Amino acid sequence: MLTFLARRLASLLVTLAVASAVIFAVMEVLPGDPAEIMLGTNARPDTLAALRANLGLDRPATERYVAWVSGFLQGDLGRSYTYSVPVGELVAQRLWVSLPLAAISLLLTVLIAIPVGAIAAARRNRPVDIGIMAATQVGIAVPNFWFAMLLVFVFAVSLRLLPAGGFPGWGAGLWPALRSLILPAVALALPQASILARVMRSSLIDTLGEDYMRTARAKGLSRSEAVRRHALRNALIPVLTIMGLQFSFLLAGTIIIENVFFLPGLGRLVFQAITQRDLIVVKSVVMLLVASVVIVNFLVELAYAAVDPRLRRRA
Amino acid sequence: MYRRLMQCLVRGAAAGAVSAGLLLGTPALAARTDIVLGIRLEPPHLDPTAGAAAAIAEVVYNNVFQGLTRIDRDGSVKPSLAERWDVSEDGKVYTFHLRQGVKFHDGTTFDAEDVKFSLDRARAADSVNPQKGLFEPIETVEVVDPQTVRITLKRPSGNLPFNLGWAAAVIVAPESAADNKTQPVGTGPFKLAEWVKGDHVTLVRNDDYWGEPVALEKATFKIIGDPTASFAALMAGDVDAFPLFPAPENVPQFEADPRFTVVVGNTQGKTVLAMNNGRKPFDDIRVRRAISHAVDRQALIEGAMHGYGKPIGSHFVPQDRGYVDLTGKYPFDPEKARALLKEAGAENLSVQLVLPPPDYARRGGEVLASQLRNVGISVEIVPMEWAQWLGEVFRNKNFDMTVVSHVEPLDLDIYARDDYYFGYRNPEYRALYERFVASTDENERLALLGTLQEKLADDAVNVWLFLLPKIGIWDARLEGLWENTPVPANDLTGVKWRE
Repeated sequence: MLTFLARRLASLLVTLAVASAVIFAVMEVLPGDPAEIMLGTNARPDTLAALRANLGLDRPATERYVAWVSGFLQGDLGRSYTYSVPVGELVAQRLWVSLPLAAISLLLTVLIAIPVGAIAAARRNRPVDIGIMAATQVGIAVPNFWFAMLLVFVFAVSLRLLPAGGFPGWGAGLWPALRSLILPAVALALPQASILARVMRSSLIDTLGEDYMRTARAKGLSRSEAVRRHALRNALIPVLTIMGLQFSFLLAGTIIIENVFFLPGLGRLVFQAITQRDLIVVKSVVMLLVASVVIVNFLVELAYAAVDPRLRRRA
Repeated sequence: MYRRLMQCLVRGAAAGAVSAGLLLGTPALAARTDIVLGIRLEPPHLDPTAGAAAAIAEVVYNNVFQGLTRIDRDGSVKPSLAERWDVSEDGKVYTFHLRQGVKFHDGTTFDAEDVKFSLDRARAADSVNPQKGLFEPIETVEVVDPQTVRITLKRPSGNLPFNLGWAAAVIVAPESAADNKTQPVGTGPFKLAEWVKGDHVTLVRNDDYWGEPVALEKATFKIIGDPTASFAALMAGDVDAFPLFPAPENVPQFEADPRFTVVVGNTQGKTVLAMNNGRKPFDDIRVRRAISHAVDRQALIEGAMHGYGKPIGSHFVPQDRGYVDLTGKYPFDPEKARALLKEAGAENLSVQLVLPPPDYARRGGEVLASQLRNVGISVEIVPMEWAQWLGEVFRNKNFDMTVVSHVEPLDLDIYARDDYYFGYRNPEYRALYERFVASTDENERLALLGTLQEKLADDAVNVWLFLLPKIGIWDARLEGLWENTPVPANDLTGVKWRE
């Protein structure tokens, strides 16, 4: 178990180091100058130079890379060029929107996908299954931003049940804040739930055909008891893998969804920072996202080990 | 069944809302003292002396920060922190007499030292003022006494009082200047109460304001980036006013609704089809004139702006004093355009048209491309985001044509600059412009403005397309909002609710 942990941890650190270099390099070659964006078309060359010096952009790239990484390791994400507040502070504010959003969508995804997938597997090739398969196919094919607009049209514009966008802040109360996260969370969750439901279905069908299932039935367990005690647990391994991948899709998805719904979350922050060439924000936030995805995958691997003891021993 | 149930629910909710409104309506007879304004872009920060974004001025100009002078709703220069000023005979020395009893929001007193600090800071070698050029003619700023400042110029500049009214020239205090981006401290009638990043900025009334007290107690600037969402927000009453409404296609719906006032005014946005005069074939005046004849402004305004926007014929806005109507200089005439191209030996032209993100450019560019194709020019459209446009087009001048709106007021100087992106170099124009700047005689200045506009149109430097409209939509009970935007601003000093 210890060597398993050590090996996984080492590969995690290498991944992060490589990612930091790639992110930094991409920001270096991205056309556009933060100073030009901030000072506009009437800026004089000496003013631009003064601002670049002010932001530390006149220093050599290697020096800036080292400063960024070492700052990052000490928990200092730098200072936003445009907002001129610490990036850490910006991220912390935005996480209060993005994390609840991602959590609600992940929860919705699981709540929808597992039962739906299980029902489809149990009613294999019957009308219910065929209906579910068709619905999930549509769910996968429809892009989430389009689906988001459809939701706005129905629930915000026509029925006026939920807000079309914006976020009042948690200070406005739990319900008003949650209300504005419902549509975005549904828009994010449905395509993911469609994928996960299909994985759940095929995985469960596979396990249902295993010998140990027949044995379980033979020793006298009822069908549903056998499914609950033996099939479900085994069927969850591929589901967990996909969920790990989906977490990164959810984070990436927030960039689009937060823009559709004007949620002041992390995704919108990154989007705005890119257009304004607030490169330090982009770098640090992307690095944080990469780190969280890598760490989540690491945790998923640990979860495998928990679900399947063979993986522990093999490592 | 389900549908009927939903209808019932919705109706019930509506009835509830109406009765709640009736109940709440009674004590609300006294005029409201708060306002929610929709703005499209969030200001990156709130210091107009350190950033060019119009969104900064749209929140703080004249509300939070004030200058020695201010630009009023009609574009005229009015006294602000300076009560009055005198100009020396030779036009080189301006003496500003400051208002007494003015305090910054943090309680410190405003005096001549603050003026000297602000102007010297904007002119300094390490200044990051986006409009540093405005202060370039200033030789020295001296404190005569706490209420008097003397500004000596390198050469006469009749524009000084106007330039000192820009948002980038507002007066800040040495104690607070460094933190103005996030904690703005000015002398204005409003101070910052709250800024929820990504959602809204709230200002509240400054009770120690030196001037006439304002009617509003609270003003919230709500950031709504999407045109469809801004339509919904106004209709639902979530915002009271959208001073720069972004969706011209929805305007008729508001016009038909008595709850709203729709005012189509003017901005300073001179939208141009800019041509790279320093590059072949645009260095040939016949090619530039041909392209001017190829453009049908009216069709462009219909197609790209839903009919909103006034045609212009030179780099000057119709509402400013000194305007000369030159829209008839190059009438739409594809035949003539083709003939001119032939004469210049520029048939079968193939050009790139770079389009920055705003709708006027993206939609306008499509229409222009088809109009140019109509006279035999093949046009490749290249969309770019702003950062890239600033680098490629504006700095490196690596472009054939582009569509962009020049929003700075009175910016005829850009055609007299050495290294400006469209590469116009004409000593005659420069001489004229220098005469204009040096002149302090009003009549001479107006006459020169006309000559400058004519010179530009004659040289067909760019194709001047239309003035960006300022479509303002607000609650019909609101009064005092600006109809036009001579400078980017949402000056709330005169805004109030009708009782």
